Amino acid sequence: MIKIAIASGKGGTGKTFISTNIFYTLQKKNFNTILVDCDAEAPNDVAFFDTELISSNEVMQMVPVINNENCTFCGKCHEYCNYNAIFLLPPMKIINVIEDLCHGCGACTVACQFEAISEKPVSLGQVTSYSTYDTNSIIEARINIGVMSPVSVIKAAINKIDTEADIAILDSPPGTSCPFIQTVAQTDYVILVTEPTPFGFSDLKQSVETLRIINKPFGVIINRADIGNNSVREYLRKENISLLMEIPFKKEIAGLYSRGKIVAATDMSFRKQLQEIVENIATDGNSSN
Amino acid sequence: MEIAVISGKGGTGKSSISAAFATLNGKVVLADCDVDAANLYLIFNPSYEEEIVYISGSKAVIDHSLCTNCGICMDYCRFDAISLINDRVSISELACDGCVLCSRICPENAITMAVNAKSRMYSGSFRNGEMVYGRLSPGEENSGKLVNMVREKAKQLSKEYGLETVILDGPPGIGCPVISTLTGVDRVVIVTEPTISGLHDMQRLAGLIKKFNPEAYLIINKYDLNISMSTQIEKWCEENYIPVAGKLSFDKNVVEAMLQGKSIIELNPYSNISKKIKVIWNKIINQKK
Repeated sequence: MIKIAIASGKGGTGKTFISTNIFYTLQKKNFNTILVDCDAEAPNDVAFFDTELISSNEVMQMVPVINNENCTFCGKCHEYCNYNAIFLLPPMKIINVIEDLCHGCGACTVACQFEAISEKPVSLGQVTSYSTYDTNSIIEARINIGVMSPVSVIKAAINKIDTEADIAILDSPPGTSCPFIQTVAQTDYVILVTEPTPFGFSDLKQSVETLRIINKPFGVIINRADIGNNSVREYLRKENISLLMEIPFKKEIAGLYSRGKIVAATDMSFRKQLQEIVENIATDGNSSN
Repeated sequence: MEIAVISGKGGTGKSSISAAFATLNGKVVLADCDVDAANLYLIFNPSYEEEIVYISGSKAVIDHSLCTNCGICMDYCRFDAISLINDRVSISELACDGCVLCSRICPENAITMAVNAKSRMYSGSFRNGEMVYGRLSPGEENSGKLVNMVREKAKQLSKEYGLETVILDGPPGIGCPVISTLTGVDRVVIVTEPTISGLHDMQRLAGLIKKFNPEAYLIINKYDLNISMSTQIEKWCEENYIPVAGKLSFDKNVVEAMLQGKSIIELNPYSNISKKIKVIWNKIINQKK
């Protein structure tokens, strides 16, 4: 199977637009395709398709529970906790777990010598699978409101990918920090979506630097290609980065997308272009292996 | 007064609107809290006065000359970061959460922690006041802590220069850095766009904001790209007691301003969009609690 991530440093450049349209295009070509919505803070891919729910699993994390009767207020758990999730005031005999800060590493349970710490699971979010049309499916990562980091839920969603499928498309969260890295880490190729504005350009450079550090092959789609200026194109040329496609800003495209419609369903030349991009990635990937 | 501009969905126009707010009238402190993709410095080109190293966390590193491959660390690690590779215990930098537990329990003291010291916070003056921004190094976590640092610095500058208004340009999503941007602010301005993703992401963000209970306002940016979706958003806001402070139409001058390194107000203070932004700002600022 080949895994392709759709990513961008800047938000709102069109990751979801490209991901959903590529997914649709590949389905129509009868590829067994999985779309993974890794934007767990703001997942939207499912809204673009008629889907049927297959299954939904809670993603859990362990957090400590303190048994005040056994606790001697020695402070060792507080010392072991690297996330400041244990609040302690020994003279007042106060000890509290701040669950929002806990990462579930278990260090406090190892630290405690008095059997005063047990653990309970709490939910971080859900991984939900949906089917579309025949064999194709969408896997959605979604964190609960108030949860700090989407990383565990993203990992759980990626682990659900059926490797028997032909292609997986991973719709990445924006930025270049941990959630983005977790999404692209196990993919074969990354499509960066940008727009030719100063903000888009600045964030693109940051994405490129990051992907070069972790040694991922990638190419760039310029969305809303007729706004802004030429800096992005000049940069791509100078840096020898492949420009996969340019998509002009059209009110019709924006209108269709805003209503949750797939542009590739009606725009055949757009569909053909997307198909060629994926075919080229697949051939290059196979030839280099 | 601290005013946070956030959005849920990326690319709805947070930074352009923050830049406009920052150049409306009196001098302000402007803090770019989108530490993952800071962009406002591109518009305002602030002077370089202070650079502070931000330690985002640490990663476990194994000393193979001391390691006996006993595997105890593997049993304790809950992040699947330690595995046997070619019969040798190895730690994945990508998966390591920096909890320090492996380093604490290693009987041979073969594991040490290496700090991530590549992220930075910068501050300086710009043409309408003082500016602070953070830049998180690629792949790093804990962006919320860097946001806290940026806000602390902004507050300090606000006191030092007697600038009452602090504008926070927030990150997308609903995770850790957004929570850090929201905590304890006086006003929240949500910028959304009339798309199905814009609506969903705004609803999730509103759910998060409820937990913090600040005074929240909504701006529908590019509302004329889909008027019926805009109406739907307005209706939802009314039902959920979020006042719509204003609607801005799609305007190519917003990109033009960015290209010239100006805010939309600086580009043309008397254009329709500039006038509307002024009205919105006055609504937000003058509302008595």
